[in-house]
Amino acid sequence: MLSKLLLYFQFPFVRYALIVGVLIALCSSLLGVTLVLKRFSFIGDGLSHVAFGAIAIATVLRVSNDMLLVLPLTVISAVLLLRTGQNSRIRGDAAIAMISVGALALGYLLMNIFPVSSNLSGDVCSTLFGSTSILTLTAREVILCAILSLVVVAVFILCYNRIFAVTFDENFALSAGTPADRYNLLIAVITAVIIVLAMNLVGSLLISALVIFPALSAMRIFHSFRQVTICSAILSVICALGGMITAILADTPVGSTIVAADVLVFFICWAIGSLRKTA
Amino acid sequence: MSLLTIEQLKIGYEGQPVVSDLNFRVDMGDYLCIVGENGSGKSTLMRTLLHLIPPLGGKITYGDGLRANEIGYLPQQTLVQKDFPASVREIVLSGCQGRLGLRPFYNAEERKLAEENMKRMNIYDLADRSYRMLSGGQQQRVLLARALCATRKLLLLDEPVSGLDPKVTSDMYELITSLNKEGITIIMISHDITAAIRYASHILHIGSQVFFGTRNMYLQSDAGKMFRAEEKGASSHAE
Repeated sequence: MLSKLLLYFQFPFVRYALIVGVLIALCSSLLGVTLVLKRFSFIGDGLSHVAFGAIAIATVLRVSNDMLLVLPLTVISAVLLLRTGQNSRIRGDAAIAMISVGALALGYLLMNIFPVSSNLSGDVCSTLFGSTSILTLTAREVILCAILSLVVVAVFILCYNRIFAVTFDENFALSAGTPADRYNLLIAVITAVIIVLAMNLVGSLLISALVIFPALSAMRIFHSFRQVTICSAILSVICALGGMITAILADTPVGSTIVAADVLVFFICWAIGSLRKTA
Repeated sequence: MSLLTIEQLKIGYEGQPVVSDLNFRVDMGDYLCIVGENGSGKSTLMRTLLHLIPPLGGKITYGDGLRANEIGYLPQQTLVQKDFPASVREIVLSGCQGRLGLRPFYNAEERKLAEENMKRMNIYDLADRSYRMLSGGQQQRVLLARALCATRKLLLLDEPVSGLDPKVTSDMYELITSLNKEGITIIMISHDITAAIRYASHILHIGSQVFFGTRNMYLQSDAGKMFRAEEKGASSHAE
């Protein structure tokens, strides 16, 4: 088993995949706590569908580096979703459902009308569930991914205290002069960046799992915001690493193996949490 | 000069006025209670005073060197907070966010201020406990300590005793009174008129008729008389 692993590690694409996987898992878990607590979990889900639609457009247009098209489109949708969420005329959840399902349908439609490869269902499946794309990254994509991840982590650390304040009590933050709207916008934009990054790893349907599960697991065990944030980052990285290695050894799809690991860890944490409560 | 002067103020949401023609002022050391029926515009007034929503007309003037972000605000608890994983220390420290300026992190002075206010509210031994595990009264003390980190002069309290049991309620009122005696000006929203008359120095009654004045003036006024008659009716009814 070990020899099989070592054999695989000799290929640069496997090493790239592991590096990118760990970075993405780290980023996605950081904001998870805030998104769950602000009841924004579904924004992540909606944005991932938008990203799917954007990828379809990029494929049809034969854009060489699809990140350049997908990233701005997803960020714009994030800003729009946040705006409509505050507008009472179309309720936030309804707006998200509209945009996400619409983008999903349009994306599939486009890929059907203008097929670029003979294996259409394979393409769609890998975009939705990220089956192999993590192993086909080029060095340039790895660098782009690494830079974006580092930016996300740096912004999160610098804004940590404000993000906490805005998450815990938006009204108090406003009264103390913290521009809560601006931080909400920042949270939405970072979420969009993370989702575009994570599409490579787990595909667009499974991204929410990467964002939500580590946060929910950490919240079962820990009780301060900082502990929860750190714990969810660690859990997320462990699950991503474990999932990827399992996927290589057992020859299972990468994305769903990682998410399965996240689900497993959630149930373990949940059990620990309830055992502690009864003790 | 008064701490807060309100002239011809008209408040409401999205152009729909709820109350207009409000005039009152708050001096250093006052204890003002804002009373009125549900929906009379108490919370709207408080949100306007905090600049969370713009006034529809009139003027709010801050005096005595008070800046708008130096008001300690105790909002009503939200649903999100009930299950929020945060330690008492983290929450109290977030009261210092107005002092951060462009700095990303809190400094030693702010940490000390948070500790002092936890001691002042008698919750220092709970500093590393989780907020969601605390009782309602303890949670209110945490939020009060956070508000105290934001101000040295003025506290705005929005229904600080709602949902608390009678014993904790009277403790909370005593605590607020002791802060007032230390020189902190209090503006409190309440629908508990009995408590307002017992503790406040001034009363602002908004609703169908608007009254502003000292507690004694309120007891002599029409609104106050009406209330006292009701109270008498209620107590004789109870007998």
